[in-house]
Amino acid sequence: MAQPGRKGDDFAVKARVMESDDIRRALTRIAHEIVEANKGTDDLVIVGIRTRGAPLADRIAADIASFEGVDLPSGALDVSLYRDDVGLRGPRNLEATTVPADLDGRVVVLVDDVLFTGRTIRAAFEAILDLGRPKAIKLAVLVDRGHRELPIRADHVGKNLPTSSGEDVRVHLTEIDGEDAVLIGRKDGGVG
Amino acid sequence: MSGSQQARSTSTPFALGGMSGYLLKGGRVVDPSSGVDAVGDLLIADRVIAEIGDSIDPGSIEVIDVSGLVVAPGLVDMHTHVREPGREDEETIASAARAAAAGGYTAICTMPNTDPVADTASVVEKVWALGREAGLVQVVPAGALSKGLVGESMADIGEMARSVARVRLFTDDGKGVQSALFARRAMEYLIAFDGIYAEHCEDESLALGGQMHEGERSIALGMRGIPAEAEELMAARDVALSRLTGCRLHLLHISTAGTVELVRRAKSEGVPVTCEATPHHFTLTDEALEGYDPNAKVNPPLRSEDHRDAVIAGLADGTIDAIATDHAPHAIEEKDIEFQYAPPGLVGLETSLALTLTELFHKGHLSLSDAIERLSCAPARILGLPDHGTLAVGGPANVVVFDPDASWEVDPHLFHSLSRNTPFGGRKVTGRVVHTFFNGNPTTRDSELVGVSV
Amino acid sequence: MFKHLLSMDQLSADDITRVLDTAESLRQVTDRPIKKLPTLRGRTVCNLFYEASTRTRISFELAAKRLSADVINFSADSKSSVAKGESFKDTAWTLEAMGVDAIVVRHGSSGAPLQLSRWVKASVLNAGDGWHEHPTQALLDIFSIREHFKDLSGLNVAIAGDVLHSRVARSNVKGLVTMGANVVLVGPPTLIPIQARSWGAEISYDLDSVIEDVDVCYLLRVQKERATEQLFPSNREYAANWGLDSRRVAKMKPDALVMHPGPMNRGVEISADVSELPRSIVLDQVSNGLAIRMSLLYLMLGGAEEGDVS
Ligand SMILES: [Zn+2]
Ligand SMILES: [Zn+2]
Repeated sequence: MAQPGRKGDDFAVKARVMESDDIRRALTRIAHEIVEANKGTDDLVIVGIRTRGAPLADRIAADIASFEGVDLPSGALDVSLYRDDVGLRGPRNLEATTVPADLDGRVVVLVDDVLFTGRTIRAAFEAILDLGRPKAIKLAVLVDRGHRELPIRADHVGKNLPTSSGEDVRVHLTEIDGEDAVLIGRKDGGVG
Repeated sequence: MSGSQQARSTSTPFALGGMSGYLLKGGRVVDPSSGVDAVGDLLIADRVIAEIGDSIDPGSIEVIDVSGLVVAPGLVDMHTHVREPGREDEETIASAARAAAAGGYTAICTMPNTDPVADTASVVEKVWALGREAGLVQVVPAGALSKGLVGESMADIGEMARSVARVRLFTDDGKGVQSALFARRAMEYLIAFDGIYAEHCEDESLALGGQMHEGERSIALGMRGIPAEAEELMAARDVALSRLTGCRLHLLHISTAGTVELVRRAKSEGVPVTCEATPHHFTLTDEALEGYDPNAKVNPPLRSEDHRDAVIAGLADGTIDAIATDHAPHAIEEKDIEFQYAPPGLVGLETSLALTLTELFHKGHLSLSDAIERLSCAPARILGLPDHGTLAVGGPANVVVFDPDASWEVDPHLFHSLSRNTPFGGRKVTGRVVHTFFNGNPTTRDSELVGVSV
Repeated sequence: MFKHLLSMDQLSADDITRVLDTAESLRQVTDRPIKKLPTLRGRTVCNLFYEASTRTRISFELAAKRLSADVINFSADSKSSVAKGESFKDTAWTLEAMGVDAIVVRHGSSGAPLQLSRWVKASVLNAGDGWHEHPTQALLDIFSIREHFKDLSGLNVAIAGDVLHSRVARSNVKGLVTMGANVVLVGPPTLIPIQARSWGAEISYDLDSVIEDVDVCYLLRVQKERATEQLFPSNREYAANWGLDSRRVAKMKPDALVMHPGPMNRGVEISADVSELPRSIVLDQVSNGLAIRMSLLYLMLGGAEEGDVS
């Protein structure tokens, strides 16, 4: 079955704005920021939002493990059932939610590829809060492209990428797409 | 004139000066009763067929150009359910007469399962009188075999036969006579009145609760089936009893290969049996039930392809004498419900000629002459209606003119019947009634119902 | 994915797999302390039941509520009570006017859900129609089988009992055959229509001859008394020939399952001791029903087309 959101036919690439090395460096920086902001690794849980937040969360957790020497609990969150556009968009194929058992009192760092309207993050908040009562929720994204529709901001950003509403941003990750890259492009006929 | 759909009386004389009538010019005149099949003119004068010839001088008479059309004896339906008395919202005798005239008919035989049942002289006389009043076709009432159609005590057979309605065909149609003993006695008794015992062949213990033909499709659709054998067992019983008693037997709406074969053999052995088949049974199969359309629910049920093909073969070789509609009107609210609760039956008077031509003539199963024989001559002969089923010169002008090649789409909303229950809505058919004359008067002109003009 | 669910005929193997996979994800959610999801907030589901079936209705009701849909229950017992009140079509239009998004319908007349789907814009879910189909039952049964045997293809499934009058049998045969299982229908000839061969099933009148080979023995409820006709001499004779008792279970493969759609007639199609064996997964079937029905409501009410993620 085709990956949801990767039909590709309505996306015309204009430029590659991040390459593999850029992504690696950005994630390493985010990993350090997370530990620094948390004053260590205590209580940290890294949770990626499916689909492309999940491998990013794994990479950040691996980074932290490499320089802090601790294996942080990490997992993946499917927010399909919490979205506010169910019925407008069509049912998504559900993927497993593999969030570590106990979130109470922990600091959950949500990881996603692109921060755009903020609606996915809102859904993720609700999903996390149904699973437990964390002490805090933080947000890390690889790309922030602006155009927020909800009062949400990221704590850690790999790259700020101002875009117009006629543009689209795609993140490719080796685990899913066979390469690491951030692309900017035009939505063909996507408006109206 | 043409706005009036209600006829007053067939006995109203023509008001035109001099000789009244019509010259049907240049049509293909087909009369199986006399073997005529030739292009020519047909003159209707003073209500009778005055002349058939190559080139008739019309004099002052109106000429109707019928070139390219077929001129034939008016159609005769052996099997029409009207709902008067009882359910006049579904079909009155007048509305059935309009539907019949529009469908090319000049006579219909009405079934007795009204409310009250036509089991006494007073009911059949009433039906007959209402038919006279409607005036568009001859209404020939059939009488019940048993009082109340319950198959226990005999209806007033002799009184109905001797009434002004002169009932000749007796049946408990709607259901079959379950008791072999009752069937035997009824047949014996009918002989005294030259009556015909007509059977709706259905063994109720086998058909119990059935919704459709029993077979692969009923099993798949999850509906209780009516096996072909429910019809065949009763048909076989009746053939045996007809042989025993000598009574004339007519099997209504036969639908299975076994019944066709049974009749074929019985006829070859000299048993006095005739039978009919309906357009829906030679057109459709139980495939029509796959969408659970209550309009395709009918009794006997639409059968599988092999049975349908056997019915067509029976019509082709003459084993099946007549095509009859089993016109069975039902109100919309009775059909627009769950399949299981919907009553069986469909309306047929306004589609029968077109379906016969489309499915049998154009597909090469029947010649035009044989199609007219099954739709007109044979039923008139069986019912003993000398004024119908023939273009005999000197006889009343009961004539249909149709275009065998005109294509149209069935639109139930245009029916003259008060009911719309048909599975043929939207179906493309070929063959259309153009004019109908009843007793020399046009009841349909240019495919429009005109009533009897004065 | 699909607007209505009327028959297993409409589902391909991929469709069935998607329903099952979604159910598996949803079951995770129902195992946690907070079982409710906001997914169908603001949607309305009507349970329109013309036949009493508390079990199926509750399962659908809970499924809808777990997804935060509003639920209306409309019950009409029989033909007579409906005939006195409003017609099926009037009821359909009334629900439509109230803005119902989905109608879950159970009806004694085969085809009623299909008829309903022609009258309303709402999604229609067949919760059992006459002798015709019961697709959600088949999906939960296939789901339950898949939990034990990863792949259904090549599995030998016997369905024993009153196939003729069973919507559960029809839906299950279709679904199981679609998933590649070998199905054999077992019972007295009066209860096994020979036309069922056209569904791709085998027919046997001898349970003992098939019992050793089956991976699943699915027992159908046998009506003790039929008002209209007698189809076998006695319950005792039925049990002796086609009932699953410990003597027959002893001949089954060690990992073979026993299933039943419930409610069971203990002592007729299944003996009491067999119904309590670990290989009997009747209660799993019940709990899986909830996940399957949530999955269907999500997939059917979750929108018209596949969409993009932002
Ligand atoms: Zn009949
Ligand atoms: Zn009839």
